Amino acid sequence: MRPERGSGPSAASTGTRERALRARGGRPPWILVLPALVGVAFLVLPMVGLLVRAPWSTLGGRLLQPQVLSALWLSLSTATVATGLCLLLGVPLAWSLARTDFPGRRLVRALVTVPLVMPPVVGGVALLLALGRNGLLGRYLDAWFGITLPFTPAAVVLAQVFVAMPFLVISVEGALRGADRRYEEAAATLGASRTAVFTRVTLPMVLPGIGAGAVLCWARALGEFGATITFAGNFPGTTQTMPLAVYVAMQRDPEAAIVLSLVLLLVCLAVLATLRERWTNV
Amino acid sequence: MRPTDDASHQPTASGVPATPALEADLRLRRGSFTLEVSLTVQPGQILALLGPNGAGKSSALRALAGLVPLTGGHVRFDGRDQTTAPVERRPIGMVFQDYLLFPHMSALDNVAFGPRRQGLSRAAARERAAGLLDHMGLSAHARVRPRRLSGGQAQRVALARALAVRPRLLLLDEPMAALDASTRIDVRARLRHLLEEFDGATVLVTHDPLDAMVLADRVAVIEGGRVVQQGVPAEVARRPRTAYVARLVGLNLFRGRAEGTTVTLEETETETETGAGTGGPALVEVHQAHRGPALVAFPPRAVALYPCRPHGSPRNVWRLRVEGTERFGDQVRVHLAGRLSLAADISPAALAELGLSRGDAVWAGVKAAEVECYPG
Repeated sequence: MRPERGSGPSAASTGTRERALRARGGRPPWILVLPALVGVAFLVLPMVGLLVRAPWSTLGGRLLQPQVLSALWLSLSTATVATGLCLLLGVPLAWSLARTDFPGRRLVRALVTVPLVMPPVVGGVALLLALGRNGLLGRYLDAWFGITLPFTPAAVVLAQVFVAMPFLVISVEGALRGADRRYEEAAATLGASRTAVFTRVTLPMVLPGIGAGAVLCWARALGEFGATITFAGNFPGTTQTMPLAVYVAMQRDPEAAIVLSLVLLLVCLAVLATLRERWTNV
Repeated sequence: MRPTDDASHQPTASGVPATPALEADLRLRRGSFTLEVSLTVQPGQILALLGPNGAGKSSALRALAGLVPLTGGHVRFDGRDQTTAPVERRPIGMVFQDYLLFPHMSALDNVAFGPRRQGLSRAAARERAAGLLDHMGLSAHARVRPRRLSGGQAQRVALARALAVRPRLLLLDEPMAALDASTRIDVRARLRHLLEEFDGATVLVTHDPLDAMVLADRVAVIEGGRVVQQGVPAEVARRPRTAYVARLVGLNLFRGRAEGTTVTLEETETETETGAGTGGPALVEVHQAHRGPALVAFPPRAVALYPCRPHGSPRNVWRLRVEGTERFGDQVRVHLAGRLSLAADISPAALAELGLSRGDAVWAGVKAAEVECYPG
């Protein structure tokens, strides 16, 4: 039945009328829908498994075990410090890539993104070769300052910075390229030096992009496994982060592994929620 | 600079002691486009750069600000050479086309931004900003973020922000372009008033002749990267020198050669098989005698149309054919072509009486007294 045109809509039927009048898009093709459904199931099922098999009755006690707490604390603190370092180094690097035109800029950008595609274990080996006791730079750190990095919490942080910084750089560089540069010109006509333009205008305007980059960076650092275990080792209390603790627990006490995994999952969900908020805001 | 006569009272190079606030010779090249523009603006004077899109007027403005590097020439403020000075060191204030108020700052902080960068304390900068906003009738909006301001308010905040650095040269890039038509008249009048108070030089860029006429003391018309005409607005409006300016100010313009009160027009490319009978160049009778290259201008409303050759008053009559008609205000604009191309404004009643349609032949007449003739 076709709704009549021009008849006064009654309050109750307005919604259905609108629906009826909207042009129908046709049935979505199954060749796309079917794989999509399988894809969703594949992503969701493991998480369901985690929830179903969790030892809910003993959860509280297990969470408060000292090795869980120390691993959690180590993970949260190193990921946060690593994110701070990434911001400190990555934002200027992103700015250089987006706003200046130095020779070899393309090469530098390519090099910066290598850790994105490099297997983290390889990254760990590379870090050892560079900063290990006999490494390229580590040799001098040891000889001149008595600093040995490998197998310390500092090494955990460095491993995380190595794998996570590209996320920040790429995301901030994108934000900088997307920002309207004419605001920077306006600031310059008002007498702002390049530094002032950056701190007073550019930085506040790309802050959401930096925030999103930092969240991505932090999540990546939190989940870091390969480079950490290679470069920092797996010593409970000093370098055993949550992912390492999960791996170790899985060998002898699967229930403990589930608890640790749940905690990590929860943290990741919180991160995702933050990101979603940003995406819907923009 | 081209010689201009009677109405122009602008200071020329001849013995005016005051140093111009701005004296610039701008040369820049981008791809195949070259800009070569010389500008001189006295303190307190407002110069409008008028021109079509892509003529180079915005490039000229950005070059004055130092936002694009020159490939040649110079820029002098108050006689001091600042050709290579970086943007932030130039004594300029700039109002951008869509104002570019910093979205993360209040109106007050936007205006205080410049003074802060000049080394004023936060309190002093805010005080100066508050004073300017107050002067512009915006003190109620000082704490508001730019996106909550109307177009006219945003324009005034942008002007206040540019003036807050106490510039010697104020640059305005299409200051009216971001406003909707309904608010333009008010905002334009208000802007004119505020600009008059500024004691430095002002250069504004516009493609709207009305903006140029209302806001500026002098107009420089830029076409293809060159200044093609310069003068006071009334002069430019009355005596256009190029087809572009003539179209802007709504005049029929012809180039020719004067011999006494008769001007022989240059041959146009389209020529006659309209049955006018007489070939050769069109002649225009004017009321003042001239000699040599001349420009001839008359408004479309001065043109009368007749179904057959008129006898008596008009001294200029041509047999032309109708190319098209369009509504123009409460008149009808008839485009005519033949030995010369011109536009005529007649009333709808007259159009109905003549019964004209495209391709029809008609006689067009203009009184010599209505024709402006000046050296070309």
